[in-house]
Amino acid sequence: MKRSNRLRVPALAVMAAAALAVAACSSNSSPTPVTGSSSTSSATGSANAPLTASAPGITATSILIGSHQPLTGPAAPGYSEIAPASAAYFAYVNAHGGVYGRDINYKYLDDGYNPTTTATVVRQLVLQNNVYGIFDGLGTPTHLAVESFLNAQKVPDVFVASGCNCWDQPTADPETFGWQLDYIREGKILGQYIAQHFKGKKIGYFYQDDEFGMDGVKGLDYEIPKSMVVSRQSYVDTNVNVAPQVAALRASGAQVVVSFSIPAFTALLKLTSLKLGFSPTLVVSNVGSDPITLSGLLESFAKQGGATVNGNSLTNGMITDSYAPSLGSASNSWIALFKKVHDQYDAKAPFDGNVLYGMGVAYTFVQAMLKAGRNPTRADLVNAINAGLPQGPLVAPYAYSMTDHDGVTGAYIGVINNGALTPEGPVLVTDASATGAITPYTPAQPAAPASGIPAP
Amino acid sequence: MTTRSTPRVLGAALAAAALIVILSIKLNSFRDYQIAEIAIEVTAVAGLTILTGLSGQISLGNGAFMAVGAYTTALLLLHLNWPWVAVLVLAAVITAAAGAVVGVAAARLHGPYLAGATLLLGVALPSVAYAYTGFFGGDQGLDVNFTTPAFLGLNFPLTRWEAWVCSAAALVTLVLLANLGRSRVGRSWRAVRDDEVAAALAGVNVAAARVLAFVVSAACAGLAGGLLAIVTGLVAPGAFTITLSIALLTAAVIGGLGTLPGAVWGSLVIVLVPTYATDVATSHGLSSSVASNIPLAAYGAVLIVVMLIFPQGIQGAVRWALGLFGISAGPGWRSADVSSVQPHEKEGTQ
Repeated sequence: MKRSNRLRVPALAVMAAAALAVAACSSNSSPTPVTGSSSTSSATGSANAPLTASAPGITATSILIGSHQPLTGPAAPGYSEIAPASAAYFAYVNAHGGVYGRDINYKYLDDGYNPTTTATVVRQLVLQNNVYGIFDGLGTPTHLAVESFLNAQKVPDVFVASGCNCWDQPTADPETFGWQLDYIREGKILGQYIAQHFKGKKIGYFYQDDEFGMDGVKGLDYEIPKSMVVSRQSYVDTNVNVAPQVAALRASGAQVVVSFSIPAFTALLKLTSLKLGFSPTLVVSNVGSDPITLSGLLESFAKQGGATVNGNSLTNGMITDSYAPSLGSASNSWIALFKKVHDQYDAKAPFDGNVLYGMGVAYTFVQAMLKAGRNPTRADLVNAINAGLPQGPLVAPYAYSMTDHDGVTGAYIGVINNGALTPEGPVLVTDASATGAITPYTPAQPAAPASGIPAP
Repeated sequence: MTTRSTPRVLGAALAAAALIVILSIKLNSFRDYQIAEIAIEVTAVAGLTILTGLSGQISLGNGAFMAVGAYTTALLLLHLNWPWVAVLVLAAVITAAAGAVVGVAAARLHGPYLAGATLLLGVALPSVAYAYTGFFGGDQGLDVNFTTPAFLGLNFPLTRWEAWVCSAAALVTLVLLANLGRSRVGRSWRAVRDDEVAAALAGVNVAAARVLAFVVSAACAGLAGGLLAIVTGLVAPGAFTITLSIALLTAAVIGGLGTLPGAVWGSLVIVLVPTYATDVATSHGLSSSVASNIPLAAYGAVLIVVMLIFPQGIQGAVRWALGLFGISAGPGWRSADVSSVQPHEKEGTQ
């Protein structure tokens, strides 16, 4: 009977202590954010207008933006380089006068690629830190966990780092904008290339069993005749044994395998194929084909299996697509600019596709902020993007308009040679519909501004 | 005894509720959200601490039970549009049924075998969402719509309402568990935990007691999963990885296994330490590769320190501190200390 007392909860004491702990942590609590009002017309305020605290997160001297990123956990390798690269570009901008004299402060928090954590850290950024907007939130399942929250709070949700078609819902989610090439467009562009260049060959699909892979397959199917596809194999990213899928592709006699996979699974596909004596032509989506990341993965996976391989020689001949200039083309003004910023502010990271991504998306954000005006409200930023942004570091124009929140609209096909991408053929642009034509985009990409900072 | 204690527990719960309401109004929206998060964690950890601390069974699968509750909630709200209270109750009931199934198997297993079996559950069950993408929404998950009720007015902050709902659920859970632990059921659990043969000889149905503990624990996890669904607004498999199950067990151990106040302490640590550590790490200009790992390191450090200094968890430390000041909460404290040590010893020998 004595023991029965053990569960008599001094609930009050515990709860009080809990409450105090919460209270103690809220020393930096701030007033409820004022949501941006759409009625002000400060977007084109006079050039000499004094800088004011025109919106939450904006002071006379600074702009605070936030993001959720997989800095730890399974998605961290590679992707964790993106936010520091963006921060490096912002540091460069800040050192050269900032945005109308304001410094950009970029606070990115780790969500470990877990949607529950994303929900927490984004609420912290919006409700506690009072950020102006969320920038480049990474991942489809993670960002979906906060999309409706951000739109309900009328917080700009710009340039989500995911190619999901779901960011393009201007009516339901007017605050949200994509940036990178969406997977349907990418599938169409790759699909057309395959249909034209591998006529009469047997095609196999290998794709991640989620929205990323399925959107890609949707795009492929728009362009590749059904009769050419001999096998469709999917994988889940939690199971690293892809031998059954590769064996099925081999048995189907596929001569070309299209892979909508993340880098780790592109590497597994390649190594497993080698082991089974299967050597089809590989066509890999942009997400899974960064040559530097891939080569490192191939070598480390092979090492775990007790073999030694040369990563670069294994990626040779892989066909992929890219919406950014090739890292190898040192003469490209954008690559030169970002290499310069990288060497000065982010030299510890390898200069790879992830770094290029982070810098490119940061550049686009500065473009949008400059367009939003000297003293922008939150609505001003959204309106500025809705009015369209000029083409920047990417090879094709953006889709941004009142009715389209997709990002870049096209890419070029390239072949990997000695760890670098060699462009092959023109930039192709298209839309995300089943019937939209794929057309070459001929205007040359505008050069990067000499100052490295977009013109207002 | 029970008749005298129940009003005390109820009174304490009501006082705590009042305190939470005041705090939720005083603090900012993000703190309200954290109150909700803590309350969800408390609900799940309380169920686990009963299972492990009282009935002596370990579970590495309670994250999967949370997934069951969360998906039940999402599907019911999405397709049937039931009132949320009914949905949460049903989420708990359905998860309890899942717990009964697991419990029947678990009642036959001990120690590492039970840990292995429940680990399997924790790893495998969330993957079902990938297998039936059409129904469960796959990787993207299911959206959950939860709004403030009309009677609170248009400008009532959603996070405050969420804090209230979750805290109410957590308090109800704590009161019910406190009474259950004091009842005949709780006594039979302790008897089974300490010596199965003796318990059986004394007329306790050992298998039934063990299964029931799983059912109760699963119901708590299911309720917590339902709350998590309405608070985060999304149910996706990425939220229910094995890390979640381990975090729940960590919270129970760090707070003080088998004690309900310990569930509250453990939840506070689990929810607040990572946020606080991130703030500290990012505000001191550390390089991002270092800063991003500091919350994990801090979490590990707190775990090691607590276990080294207070093997009975934070609640053990609280009792020790109260003892220093000569404060005793009643005759039950000493014996409670003794019994709460036993699960640790027990596990070591199994």
